[in-house]
Amino acid sequence: MIADTLIDDRSKRQIARANAKSEKTAQARLTSRGATIVAVIIAIFWTIPTFGLFVTSFRPGADTQSTGWWTVFTDPSFTLDNYSQALNSGGTALTLAQSFINSLGITIPATVFPLVIASLAAYAFAWIDFKGKNIVFVGVFALQIVPIQMALVPLLSLFSKGLTVNGVGIFPGFELRDAEHSFATVWIAHAIFALPLAIFMLHNFISEIPGEVIEAARVDGAGHGQMFFRIVLPLATPAIASFAIFQFLWVWNDLLVATIFAPSSSLPLTQTLNSLSGTWGNQWFLQSAGAFISIIVPLIVFFSLQRFFVRGLLAGATKG
Amino acid sequence: MTSLQTKTPAVATAPAQPPKVPKAPRSANTTRLIVGGAAVLLAVAFIALITSPPNDDARPVSLGFSLNSLFRWMGGLNPIVQIPIILVIFGLVVALILLLIEFAPRAGRGYFYARLAACFVLPVLAFMLLRPYQNALIWVLAIALIVGALLFFADYRSRQGAGYLFQLVTFMTPAVLLLTIGLIYPTVATIYQSFFDKTSQTFVGLDNYFWVFANPEGFWSVVNTLIWVLVAPVFSTIVGLAYAAFIDRAKGEKYLKSLVFMPMAISFVGAGIIWKFIYDNRQGEQVGLLNAIITAFGGQPVSWLDAQPLINTFLLLVVFIWTQTGFAMVILSAAIKGVPTEQMEAAELDGTNAWQRFTNVTVPGIRSSLIVVLTTIAIGSLKVYDIVAVMTGGRANTTVLGFEMVNQQQRFQSYGHSAALAVVLFLFVLPLIIYNANQMRKQREIR
Repeated sequence: MIADTLIDDRSKRQIARANAKSEKTAQARLTSRGATIVAVIIAIFWTIPTFGLFVTSFRPGADTQSTGWWTVFTDPSFTLDNYSQALNSGGTALTLAQSFINSLGITIPATVFPLVIASLAAYAFAWIDFKGKNIVFVGVFALQIVPIQMALVPLLSLFSKGLTVNGVGIFPGFELRDAEHSFATVWIAHAIFALPLAIFMLHNFISEIPGEVIEAARVDGAGHGQMFFRIVLPLATPAIASFAIFQFLWVWNDLLVATIFAPSSSLPLTQTLNSLSGTWGNQWFLQSAGAFISIIVPLIVFFSLQRFFVRGLLAGATKG
Repeated sequence: MTSLQTKTPAVATAPAQPPKVPKAPRSANTTRLIVGGAAVLLAVAFIALITSPPNDDARPVSLGFSLNSLFRWMGGLNPIVQIPIILVIFGLVVALILLLIEFAPRAGRGYFYARLAACFVLPVLAFMLLRPYQNALIWVLAIALIVGALLFFADYRSRQGAGYLFQLVTFMTPAVLLLTIGLIYPTVATIYQSFFDKTSQTFVGLDNYFWVFANPEGFWSVVNTLIWVLVAPVFSTIVGLAYAAFIDRAKGEKYLKSLVFMPMAISFVGAGIIWKFIYDNRQGEQVGLLNAIITAFGGQPVSWLDAQPLINTFLLLVVFIWTQTGFAMVILSAAIKGVPTEQMEAAELDGTNAWQRFTNVTVPGIRSSLIVVLTTIAIGSLKVYDIVAVMTGGRANTTVLGFEMVNQQQRFQSYGHSAALAVVLFLFVLPLIIYNANQMRKQREIR
């Protein structure tokens, strides 16, 4: 509070000068040798592992078997063979390239579903009053932390065998095991597991839309449907974007849900890579190429949309 | 459902907008009575459903199409083609929901009948898409119709005018249904299952829990999980905090941050392979970085992932910390920037050194962010599965609860053990849930 009024009282120029000054002191602080060394060590430690594997993925197979990747600086030789070999390895049913496609097929719908369903619920939590709203909302929040391991087995049997109470079938399971590429169960599972966090994050954002905006729309005769579609969705785009990135990375990188729910011909990249990794064993030129094929999409998403991603993290974390 | 219905007013003096005149106060009691009666009917229909004689030959009925047939049809298509198709179908459903919401609260005869139709058609349609069995069909239909009637009536008499409750239910139903089916029911079912044997047939009491603590796999998974949850949050936070403080407002801060933050985008499978390469051990020339360094200094190469006791567990922890530090760093860096410069300057005038300023001004200033980071990473480390699955497959006593639970279910089809492991994991997470929920309630009260 005091800081706020202080800032209000000062002129812009003064603030700029103060900022420059504190930046200078901060830089002066960084030049303290110990801090610099530690920061550099951390940066190296966090970069070298990825870099080493990246270099290895471009080295000829024979080289990688006999010498470490660091010898590439004295004796450079590169090839793209590893990537083509890795993409085509796997069983006849499913190669790494095919599971790349599967990953796309899983990830895009599994990002859209929870976002839309959660924004509907978040809107209701924010702008429609009902009894017990707070308790229900805290309940949804608490569900966020329930380990998905708790839900895996019963949900799987619900999908595959249906629900039978006392010998009476209430709901038959889906018969999808023999389908060629069925992602339905994976979509549903991912959508469910994402909902609590999505509702929570989007609610935080949607509830902060100024009440006057909503009221103005109501006076103009808009119902909740129009208000949601015409006003809340556009205003909440930044929050939706950051959660979309979040969910995209999470689904693309997920191994557990896919392992449990995906039929064998619909496995995503992570699962295929995991089983191939066992087959490849010590052949690091294949392992590294395979790993980078699976990493490349999230890295592109991450670096091109980092701003949204960080914003989402901050919104989710500082309010939790 | 019913909790929403019974919220009909105690003092209903407010008029319902459409055709009727304002209602007398006693109508609130009438409403409550009828809603209560319908709820009883619903319960009766459900009991009738589950006690009706089972018929093994019963075929699921549907309207000729169902969710199952849709998914089967889509399953035969190319994955890339499936994406637009499912998105369009989903979009149409959402558009229908929004249309219903938009038109529901309007007054007039037409809208009245539209609501009436929607209330009855939607539940029936939903049940038909899920294909109830033939022998129970009549009760399933009865339940659907009663739900529809209940919804329509409660909505019609609701205090805020007809259509209000309908809107609310339409907004919430998708999320509530999915959460109930996908999280609440399975959680209860898992707890229930943990008291039954492998095949979920015989009640075995607490045997599965004794197994968790007595059997080597179960025991190590508990011990390792405890190590994970104690070590991972602390280390990630310390390193993340140190890095955030050291590079704060330095030149090229953005890029320096990206370096540490990048592992967050990498899957645990990818990270596992990256680090398995570091730990690689073989005959002859070492290609793994760690063993190469050791042999360069004249040591003997070590098979790191088999190294016991606990060394391999800590090496897996390194991978997890490697991925989580970026998260801690980003949150804490933002928090550090939020500490008022005035405080720092005041401390500087008092003649404190950098370390004193850090511990006395910065750390108290970012306390709440520190707690968020610690709890978030702690929850993450409890649930970890992928790293263990990729790097060791649980061999050499590296298993953790989150992994062993899946292992028991997939490799040994031992549902009882698997459920018990999941429940133990849940019990570990429970304090964090309660703490976080409390924290949030406090925050909401402040607002």
